[in-house]
Amino acid sequence: MLYNEPSPLEVRVLTRRFGLPNSASIDTYLATEGYAAFRKALEMTPEQIIEEVKISNLRGRGGAGFPTGLKWSFVPRQSPKPKYIVVNADEGEPGTCKDRVLMENDPHQLLEGMLIAGLAVDAHAGYIYIRGEYRYLIEIMDRAIAEAYERGYLGRNILGSGFDFDVYTHTGAGSYECGEESALLESLEGKRGIPRIRPPFPAVVGAFQCPTVLNNVETFCAIPAIIRDGGAAFAALGTPKNGGTRLFAISGHVNRPGVYELPMGFNLLRMINEVAGGVRNGKKLKAVIPGGSSCPVLKAEECDIAMDFDSLARAKSMLGSGGVIVMDEDTCMVKVAMRIMKFYAHESCGWCVPCREGTLWLKKLLTRFHEGQGRRNEIALIGELARNMLGRTFCPLGDAAAMPTISLVEKFYDEFEAHLEGRPCPFEARTAVLV
Amino acid sequence: MADRVKVVIDGRTVEAPAGALLINVARQAGIDIPAFCYYDGLALQAACRMCLVEVEKAPKLLAACTLPVTDGMVVRTETPQVKEARKAMLEFLLTNHPLDCPVCDKGGECELQDAVFRYGAGESRFTEEKLHVPEAQWSPVVYYDAPRCILCYRCVRICDEGLGVRALGVVNRGATSEIAPNRGDHLECDECGMCIDICPVGALTSGIYRYKTRPWEMKHVGTICAHCGDGCKTTLGVYSGRIMRGNNRDRSGINDEFLCIKGRYAFDFTDHPERLRTPLVRVGGRLEETSWARALEIVARRFAEVKSRAGKFGIVGSNRTTNEENYFLQKFARQGLGTNHLDHHRTGDVVSLVDALAGRQDALATTADLYRRKAALVVAADLAQQHPLLAFQLRANWRHHQAHVYVVTPGPVREDSYAVRSVRVPPGEELAGVESLREALRAEPELVILFGGAVKGENVRRLVTFGDSLGIPVQYVCLVDYANSRGAADMGLLPDLLPGYRPVTAAGGSPGLTLPEMLAAPDLEVLWVVGANPLARHPLASEQAFVVVQDLFLTETAARADVVLPAACAYEKNGTVTNTCGEVQRLRKALETPGTKTDLEIFGLLAQRMGLDLGPWRVESVWEEIQGNVPGYNVPSAVLAAGGAAPTYPVNGRIGVNPRPELIRSAGDTLFTSGTLGRYSRILNSVPEAPGALYRS
Repeated sequence: MLYNEPSPLEVRVLTRRFGLPNSASIDTYLATEGYAAFRKALEMTPEQIIEEVKISNLRGRGGAGFPTGLKWSFVPRQSPKPKYIVVNADEGEPGTCKDRVLMENDPHQLLEGMLIAGLAVDAHAGYIYIRGEYRYLIEIMDRAIAEAYERGYLGRNILGSGFDFDVYTHTGAGSYECGEESALLESLEGKRGIPRIRPPFPAVVGAFQCPTVLNNVETFCAIPAIIRDGGAAFAALGTPKNGGTRLFAISGHVNRPGVYELPMGFNLLRMINEVAGGVRNGKKLKAVIPGGSSCPVLKAEECDIAMDFDSLARAKSMLGSGGVIVMDEDTCMVKVAMRIMKFYAHESCGWCVPCREGTLWLKKLLTRFHEGQGRRNEIALIGELARNMLGRTFCPLGDAAAMPTISLVEKFYDEFEAHLEGRPCPFEARTAVLV
Repeated sequence: MADRVKVVIDGRTVEAPAGALLINVARQAGIDIPAFCYYDGLALQAACRMCLVEVEKAPKLLAACTLPVTDGMVVRTETPQVKEARKAMLEFLLTNHPLDCPVCDKGGECELQDAVFRYGAGESRFTEEKLHVPEAQWSPVVYYDAPRCILCYRCVRICDEGLGVRALGVVNRGATSEIAPNRGDHLECDECGMCIDICPVGALTSGIYRYKTRPWEMKHVGTICAHCGDGCKTTLGVYSGRIMRGNNRDRSGINDEFLCIKGRYAFDFTDHPERLRTPLVRVGGRLEETSWARALEIVARRFAEVKSRAGKFGIVGSNRTTNEENYFLQKFARQGLGTNHLDHHRTGDVVSLVDALAGRQDALATTADLYRRKAALVVAADLAQQHPLLAFQLRANWRHHQAHVYVVTPGPVREDSYAVRSVRVPPGEELAGVESLREALRAEPELVILFGGAVKGENVRRLVTFGDSLGIPVQYVCLVDYANSRGAADMGLLPDLLPGYRPVTAAGGSPGLTLPEMLAAPDLEVLWVVGANPLARHPLASEQAFVVVQDLFLTETAARADVVLPAACAYEKNGTVTNTCGEVQRLRKALETPGTKTDLEIFGLLAQRMGLDLGPWRVESVWEEIQGNVPGYNVPSAVLAAGGAAPTYPVNGRIGVNPRPELIRSAGDTLFTSGTLGRYSRILNSVPEAPGALYRS
């Protein structure tokens, strides 16, 4: 099902089948050019497939934005070990819910992307690691997988090509950390979900110690379109070095929250005002977290910006996973900081010291602050503690907790000052629950 | 050389093998990079983030513990940024740490305390409530105080990687993460205490030591464990005349820091309530307390009287007394009493091995060889139970060097889990099992063969012939049970062999009675038992025999004695012992139990009262005599004085006596038993795993 009405400003590539009757069924899929890209890929060499993905300028949709074609090219295809395709469907970044709709509405697109990746790196098995809270999606994916086996798109000698490919779903157990690729692999292998020391990277030593292509759901879902219509066509949809479209999950104080597929580089203000119907109740925009809770916040005056990896990096924020969280003038930014830190303290895996202890300390400190019990010198302490985590943790979770915190203190210092010495939260009565 | 690189650390150019970890390269150059989770020999974690350093061209600080050095790398370990990062990590660590240092066992030798002292902040900025969870007891020896834990995972790794026991894991997540037994609330393990010792803080504490004293109040005495034949160095902490703990944190000795439950905890027999503290003499059928002077006088007079009539003596020596004592005892028997009726409980066929090797140099493997040779074959032994140090060494060799280990045993053993091949054979058919590995072993570059007491007599010779036929260098270890079993044989506590395996016949004597023959002799007039308990299993045929026993406790044998002389134990004397690999090491006296005397002193005083001239009975003098007289024992004294282990070598040539394989029987002790002595260790008997069993892995 769809959770929001589409917007006329959307460019629907990955979401083109959304809204069709029985969009998740293989019949609908086959009737709408489904598996055509895979048939085409069967005629291509692995090098050609990877080249096409490189040309598309597709960058990883999980958050880090690493060029996908380049990543695939790191897989040692000549290795005697089996290779694996692993889909990161552990969508857990607060503010992000795009992978969910992709799997729910068009599961075969994901399977086709996996198959093409399998051809590109000589892999014959794939795993879809789905977050535990998305249990119902396992049924949808399993149904699609069963259909694909039935119709000969999975299994032995697919379409008489001699190519074999199997797909398995695997459920997470409710840990944000397992969305980090190496922790995901540990969890997939049945171990405690903690990240691995890298290098080696999964492309060389991944699932079960074998070379592995590990990408986000949306990344794989972009692959059929790239192969079908050509990498250049996909690249042309976006901005230079930021190919294609992107699913933005717009949430918060807007009139029409939802998941919208827009070209890379789409202007953020237009996204809020034209796609999502503007800020709710005629309020003024205060701030936006542009790519999921781990991204530094943008103040309203910084929001006239192109939504692509490079533009946001220049603004010292990130495109992340495309979760756009919009906050109006009534939002208490101390509470935002507290709420974000509560999440990261809860989700820290506990492996390394700064993340384990830093997130808890900051959670307690920010909670006390929001209750009006902060002391003036502690405003600086919040930033210092976050900086003491930044870049020093074992995996990026510590950075994810530190970056929004640092930006919130820097950009909304006055709101922290407004909470000092027993003063109640000035926004309390007006603040909606966020994220 | 191409495989060596140059790195610059704090302005100093250091050469290192390519791929070496920066933390090690720096430490070897004398530049200390602090770390909690990094531990030499265990898997990398990169969790504590204490070892972050500045590396040129790197966008952020990097963890030195997981960073392989590359040529031209420029590293700075003491910049303001690095110092500030360390300070921050310590500040984070202390947030939920209880800071109960004044009552913590680890206070004074705590790595966290030391690191905070060196790198930490002078004041605390943390004003929130600390997390607290109650302390847990996991076993009689292991307690866990979660708030003190800094989650370095050393305990999990030493148990998993080092011991292969896998008793510990991690539960919960985030700041509530804790170490927990994999069995839920309790341990089922070796109870070795390695997890406690390796803990950098006071999170894991010992049920034996906790809250007893402070580290700096103790005298620390490095000596050799009194139990099995492996000869681990244990550093005893002595306070107020009592042993408080055993460990080997200075990582000296052949065992590095390894100790099993015995070396770490089973010193408690020293102050057992049943410990004999005064001589006993039989009066009217009952043993009564008496003075040393009277007891020695009774024994000396009786010995002299029986000797004057050429009556029959039977003398039983010990597997635990020192080389000096054993040497002096055989001298007492042979020169003083004129008898070769001298024996001890033989737990392994050292005689046959030494005979078969016929003086071949380097054919005896040292403890270190078990860690560095490319392959090992274990025959008829449950190493993890009977020889925990040797098991640890082999496992470490496999972990670090991928050594090939082969096993031929009557039942499952822990080594099976990583052995290249395990062969199960019924007892007595070990050689057939070994033969089945011939082709695989021929392909190895070198081999160490370890064999237990079940391989004896002709089978030892056949095993050596088999080893010779492989065409590769082969070394041997004859496994024996106790702390100085090897030394007892080397020092000639045998009816047919003098010290150094010289046949008594070669010196014009004739072989004496063996232990069973003494016990069975109806005309035995004196049975003198030093630190042994033969009557626990065998009857004494001679009813009129005058029985003298030197022991710590009133054993079955001591209970039959006419005179019981309370002896000092291994921790109460100086001297040397020889381990199962033939390495000599030094015992150092840690304490005294009032009322006891060392066996050497007892021998000397008896000789004096009998008017025998057996030379001085000072440890040093006897040791010098051993060095001069016993083949293979002319080892450098400096090595011993420095606390090292000196390997002995087999004698030259064949020995040419019947090794009497029917007399050789290992006691089959497990990790939790230690012959008669083990009965007097409360800790060995209180752990739920006791007494354990062999071949049940």
